[in-house]
Amino acid sequence: MSEPLVRLENVRFAYGERMILRDISLSIPRGQVVAIMGGSGCGKTTLLRLIGGQERAVGGRVLVDGQDVGALDREDLYALRRRMGMLFQFGALFTDMTVFDNVAFPLREHTDLPPELINDLVLMKLHAVGLRGAAQLRPGELSGGMARRVALARTIALDPMLLMYDEPFTGLDPISLGVIGQLIRRLNNALGASSLIVTHDIQESLQIVDYIYFISEGRVVAEGTPDEIRKTSDPFVHQFVHAEADGPVPFHYPAGDYATALVGGAG
Amino acid sequence: MGDVLRKLGSLAVNGVWQLGFIARFFVLILRYSGQSFLRLHLTIRELYFSGVMSLLIILVSGLFVGLVLGLQGYEILQRYGSSEAMGTMVALSLLRELGPVVAGLLFASRAGSAVTAEIGLMKVTEQLKAMDMMAVNPIARVVAPRFWGGVVSMPLLAALFSTMGIFGGWLIGVVFIGVDDGAFWSQMRAAVDFRYDVLNGVFKSTVFGVAVALIAVFEGYDCVPTAEGVSRAITRTVVSSALAILALDFVMTSFMFRGL
Repeated sequence: MSEPLVRLENVRFAYGERMILRDISLSIPRGQVVAIMGGSGCGKTTLLRLIGGQERAVGGRVLVDGQDVGALDREDLYALRRRMGMLFQFGALFTDMTVFDNVAFPLREHTDLPPELINDLVLMKLHAVGLRGAAQLRPGELSGGMARRVALARTIALDPMLLMYDEPFTGLDPISLGVIGQLIRRLNNALGASSLIVTHDIQESLQIVDYIYFISEGRVVAEGTPDEIRKTSDPFVHQFVHAEADGPVPFHYPAGDYATALVGGAG
Repeated sequence: MGDVLRKLGSLAVNGVWQLGFIARFFVLILRYSGQSFLRLHLTIRELYFSGVMSLLIILVSGLFVGLVLGLQGYEILQRYGSSEAMGTMVALSLLRELGPVVAGLLFASRAGSAVTAEIGLMKVTEQLKAMDMMAVNPIARVVAPRFWGGVVSMPLLAALFSTMGIFGGWLIGVVFIGVDDGAFWSQMRAAVDFRYDVLNGVFKSTVFGVAVALIAVFEGYDCVPTAEGVSRAITRTVVSSALAILALDFVMTSFMFRGL
């Protein structure tokens, strides 16, 4: 088996005093779509930021294509990022440009291709996400699902080896959600890339991914293929898959004794 | 008492930190300016937004300031029987002080606030992060062109402001009140020195341009990425720019125009 594209080894991360990731080890094999799941605020997005080099781990190593991301200087990091694509939660399209210019942006910034070729490439990328007809619209004129598809076209403009998705399903209607899910899978296969999805949409993920990691309180608490996850008896995964309010993940934020707080008047 | 001291202390320390951040940011802008000059169309676009789009307010304000200067100047000079000196008075006060300062204040509220809002909203909507993830440096691509757009527009706008002001003074003095046309212009030409008055004014307005543009891009880039954060950043841009302009003006004036 070849070396995985991304490997995290005992990664720890903290914002100041607040520990976000305690000890994470996971890997994304080449060509696969991997999902990372967990409740809101469990450090999923931080993981993406670590892989993209926007944050540096306090301990452990983050390896992307054999390179230690935390040890790269700005120039090498930028060189690595040119081979990565990241889809932000709400698309992060440039609002002062048309859809066409948004998708053309990375091509114009990083290549010296003639305008005719850029034109063709952009139209091909837009066609792949079904929005060739929207090329001249402005981001403000797009629906949430369309904006995310445009952002996806922009993300794949330079044919990256690694695609990262930050909550790609949030706030979408069921049709758009299915479309984005299928696109993630199809583009991954067509580009020969590897993908990492950070999400809490379990049902959609089970259909499109090859492997799932569950994260809670800064640790990987469960992992497996979609089939294994469906069958597992792990209480955390069970709570997550069946959307139960209480379980290993408590309903209440940690607090002192309730009765004492009410009588004593202090939380 | 202890509380007051502590607050004062923390204010001072925060102020120094902030100055340090701005200085470091300034160095970064200068470092990445080369990259942004290679794609000049970005800076030209910002020149249009900061400079050309501010023209209306600058020209109209300049005209009105000149009209008022004309009225007040005539009224005062007439007491000493030297109403022909009106041209000199209008020109000197505009070129040395009012042109750079008032144009600077207007520029901060018109263009500076717009730049802060734009960069701040780009931060809120993660556009800056997205750019950085695409291996495009946001300071070179977004910040530096807006900074230079401001620095270049400011002295040009101040010059236009002064020109309109002098025209306004002429309108009031020569056209409406009837001061002698020849005396108005010849006294002005005799009294205004190109290097001492005009160039010093241009220098002042350039310094104001650097200050306003730097504050505007810094506040936008540094803002807390929420709706409230952006609105506070805009307020800070206008307030700090105004204070910076007035303070710098005092310092520069005391060095330039001693007349001792």
